[in-house]
Amino acid sequence: MNNLLVASNISKSFGEFKALNNVSIKVPKGSIFGLLGPNGAGKTTLIRIVNQITMPDVGEVILDGKPLQPKDIQHIGYLPEERGLYKSMKVGEQAMYLAQLKGLSKSQAKERLKYWFQRLEIEGWWDKKIQELSKGMAQKIQFVVTVLHQPKLLIFDEPFSGFDPINANLIKDEIINLKNEGATVIFSTHRMESVEEMCDHIALINKSNKILDGKLIDIKRAYKSNTYKVGLLPNNSEKLEILLKEKFEIKPTSFKTINKESQYNIKINEGDSVNDLVSYLTTLGQLTHFEEVIPSVSDIFIETVKNNK
Amino acid sequence: MNHLPLIIKREYLNKVRNKSFIIMTFLSPIIMVGIFTLVAYLSQLNNDTVNTINVLDESEMFTNQFENTKTLLYKNVNGISLEKAKKLTQEKEIYGLLYIPKTNTIDDLSEAITFYSEESPSITIMGAIENTIENKVNVLKLENAGINAQQIEDLKIKIDTKLETFDGEKTSKLGSGLKLAFGGVAGYLLFMFIIIYGNMIMRSVIEEKTSRIIEVIISSVKPKKLLLGKIFGTTLAGITQFLVWIVLMLVLSTAISSIFGIDTSAVSTPQQEMITQNIDPSSQQMITDVFLELNNLPIANLMVMFVFFFVGGYLLYASLYAAIGAAVDSETDTQQFMLPILMPLILGMYVGFFTVIENPHGTVSQVFSYIPLTSPVVMLMRIPFGVPLWQQLLSLAILFATFMATVWFAAKIYRVGILMYGKKPSYKEIIKWLKY
Repeated sequence: MNNLLVASNISKSFGEFKALNNVSIKVPKGSIFGLLGPNGAGKTTLIRIVNQITMPDVGEVILDGKPLQPKDIQHIGYLPEERGLYKSMKVGEQAMYLAQLKGLSKSQAKERLKYWFQRLEIEGWWDKKIQELSKGMAQKIQFVVTVLHQPKLLIFDEPFSGFDPINANLIKDEIINLKNEGATVIFSTHRMESVEEMCDHIALINKSNKILDGKLIDIKRAYKSNTYKVGLLPNNSEKLEILLKEKFEIKPTSFKTINKESQYNIKINEGDSVNDLVSYLTTLGQLTHFEEVIPSVSDIFIETVKNNK
Repeated sequence: MNHLPLIIKREYLNKVRNKSFIIMTFLSPIIMVGIFTLVAYLSQLNNDTVNTINVLDESEMFTNQFENTKTLLYKNVNGISLEKAKKLTQEKEIYGLLYIPKTNTIDDLSEAITFYSEESPSITIMGAIENTIENKVNVLKLENAGINAQQIEDLKIKIDTKLETFDGEKTSKLGSGLKLAFGGVAGYLLFMFIIIYGNMIMRSVIEEKTSRIIEVIISSVKPKKLLLGKIFGTTLAGITQFLVWIVLMLVLSTAISSIFGIDTSAVSTPQQEMITQNIDPSSQQMITDVFLELNNLPIANLMVMFVFFFVGGYLLYASLYAAIGAAVDSETDTQQFMLPILMPLILGMYVGFFTVIENPHGTVSQVFSYIPLTSPVVMLMRIPFGVPLWQQLLSLAILFATFMATVWFAAKIYRVGILMYGKKPSYKEIIKWLKY
């Protein structure tokens, strides 16, 4: 079994509203899986189904080869988007309580909490009440509580909201670290740059339907447009554009360099060799910049969702 | 994984450590004892004032009939005119003037006697005066008719039917009232407990929603366990508070009465005084009857059932509050539910006092002693009249089963409530959810 979590043909309606329509995802073991989609697409519903907070109308969820069972909650760590803590409880007490609810013994919970509190440098908060903490500080506690019972599957819904850049980075590193230690992570966010940085696989849900999924690198390959970003110091700057237009589809572009070159996005036809383009370009002038344009997750997101309308 | 003790512990500690809870725990008995002390003190003040009443008895029938009491002094002002007597009474600031004119017949007296005073006189004083006059007039009338009053008194017979069951157990009419008392006490206690702690349970159920921790919790705990934990935890906190109250009140009232010499238990109302004044000699008999009756009651059975029915009744009503908490999003939506929930309990009390006393084993009494919302009161009232054990157990079983069913139902509402995105669920969906 290479997939830790397989959800197949999940459908879920709330009254007239169809929140999920025949959605299937496969989350490979040890990967960071990005669950993307516009607001209201159905991501949270899918996550709640995996957490057994709600039940699918149709479909099946398999965790580690077996159908999902109530006791599996101890193998899942869930950081919901709607999150909070008991305001009048002390940090340490609360963390101990939540850890024990996840099945840790008292001593285990204490030991691991100590470790994490030291690691995130928040030991001093143990006896503070949640209402004395700022939102970001409370988020840190929440993160610790989510990962404390060392679950096989971690689900983060917008984990970075409320964090300053330094803490967001800290949490990001911790997530990657957890993945390296063997955990599988499902990660739902609107911050495309973190998807770019962290995710191995993604699935894109739009209007209750899954419209795209797979390895991020495969998706990027599929979405590449054979376009290259070129910087050229032309021999004849007046004729350059005309010459290029004869052979290729070009668009002026701009990027920062130290030369005063002409800059274009050049698209070659399917099957044409990149080498041919390069050798042709060298005949026109001095090539200073050559780079394949790789579509960003953000571009892919916007394009797919637009085309899906 | 046993979450329940964990949840109970958290709920308990959370309640007990709450500042307002602590303040109320210690403040309430102080306020209560303070009020009692004040009332006792004030009524003592009142009792200490001695009222003087001038009596102008032109009929001369009541000479020496009015006996002075601790608080009432009668002063004879015979021999002056009514006008003068009025003036005298007013000038000397005497409480009032009782004017008994001379009439042709005794019957006319009843219309003619007048009491003059600055303010309207108190019920106790008027009662005492009227009593004296009536007694005297009755005796006079009997004598006028040629009957010796003393003879009549001697001839009176008090009929007291002795009641006995076929088993030879002695009971008495008085017992019926006494028997209902257990149910009544259970009812009032339930009432008090629910009013004080029902709302607390409701708030505690809403807590997860307002602090937005609900999804974290619900992904680790089954809602049913959460609700059960909340009901038990809050109840334990309530019992703790109740015990502290009782202990504190006892300590405080003992301390106050020994320091200030005010007997807080001596708070008595004028009505009570009148009753005690009018008690006839058979009251001795009544007291022995009470003890006889207590001996006849199935005390052990009652005590055990009292505990079970009280606990069961409390849990059932608590779970109803939990269900409301589960269904709403914020506390502001809950206020209107407070009273309607208590209505069945009030109904139970009425059924008990009006139907069970008439016919303890009639259909109505039987039915209401099985209906879980009223059974804690009605069944407890019926037990002293003799209810087969299987009926008691059946009623208990229904009570506890209903409690579990309510919690289960509340848990369903709870889960659905979070996830419905404000959409009204269809009945089909609710049924589907209930199966999950």
